[in-house]
Amino acid sequence: MNIETFKYDNRIVRAFAIATVVWGLVGMSAGLLAAVQLFWPEANFNLQFTTFGRIRPLHTNAVIFAFVGNGMFMGIYYSLQRLCKARMYSDRLSWINFWGWNAIIVAAAITLPLGFTTSKEYAELEWPIDLAIAAVWVVFTVNLLGTILKRREKHLYVAIWFYIATAITVAVLHIFNSLAVPASWFKSYSVYAGVQDALVQWWYGHNAVAFFLTTPYLGLMYYFLPKAAERPVFSYRLSIIHFWALIFIYIWAGPHHLLYTALPDWAQSLGMVFSIMLVAPSWGGMLNGLLTLRGAWDKLRTEPMLKFMVVALTAYGMATLEGPMLSIKSVNSLSHYTD
Amino acid sequence: MSVIFLLIPLSIVLAACFLGAFIWAVRSGQYEDTCTPSMRLLTEERAVKNFKEKAELP
Repeated sequence: MNIETFKYDNRIVRAFAIATVVWGLVGMSAGLLAAVQLFWPEANFNLQFTTFGRIRPLHTNAVIFAFVGNGMFMGIYYSLQRLCKARMYSDRLSWINFWGWNAIIVAAAITLPLGFTTSKEYAELEWPIDLAIAAVWVVFTVNLLGTILKRREKHLYVAIWFYIATAITVAVLHIFNSLAVPASWFKSYSVYAGVQDALVQWWYGHNAVAFFLTTPYLGLMYYFLPKAAERPVFSYRLSIIHFWALIFIYIWAGPHHLLYTALPDWAQSLGMVFSIMLVAPSWGGMLNGLLTLRGAWDKLRTEPMLKFMVVALTAYGMATLEGPMLSIKSVNSLSHYTD
Repeated sequence: MSVIFLLIPLSIVLAACFLGAFIWAVRSGQYEDTCTPSMRLLTEERAVKNFKEKAELP
């Protein structure tokens, strides 16, 4: 009898874990500095490199793309191999993903304080770095899809669907928002102008939150929460509905970032309607996570990991109610552009 | 607002790809069983220390 043997790649997971911790400290320190500068402007040290305008994008980029990004890769590289019962498609691609992504972050940490910026929020990096992001993201996507294709488990667990949506959608968003005409090595002009640029920017910005910050971590939640609670997810059927409803609605809500601007009124209203519809899948997922702990709440006394997850789910529930509420135009007229 | 002629088709193409994936998933029987996948997740395969020893078992 011949037993097939294979090994998971845990070294790449550890590398991403270390990067997550390091960049978490860096990113949050930058955030602390930016916060201090708000009430004590002298903290800009009278240097152009450390003024608020340059520290703020450094903070957001470090926390979103370095901290959350490396954490996402860590969780995906760990769980995907186990869900597919297969090693990653290519070790070489895994390491290109790791070193490429972290080199991009170092490039961001150098160019942003030097003042090189496209001035597009969460897409400030100039075009050579944007090209590198696209290349590394394609490497990650190939590695992800390759692993899925060579899997030993027929069923695609719901988490894998969240990872696929992340990979595909972030690629499309990043490429189309970053289209620019280079003027020199570190200066470019967006191919869109005026309100057109604003709409593309917030179609990107909103969906970057959706598909970079939300879907990968929901996938990780569906893997790590049942593992930590040692019981299956409350409703697997609900998790499937959660996924498909979320991805079909999310992409249309971007205009809510442009309420009461030059954007046509109908587009603003459309963004508002889809934002409100988003409460349903978001809360479905949040409740699915919390209800998984039915009969296991006592574990919270001894499991710090579960405590973090419960706080995360609760905060996700609050944030996904706050967002749709603020995107109602009458609420927004009170909460935005006012003191 | 001519940019919507880019954004809307782009979003629709993306949504259509996912719709295709959804139809494939349903037709290929991915969602026939909505119970055991969530339980199978919890069973961790044990690490095998000595492959040869294991292979000799019936």
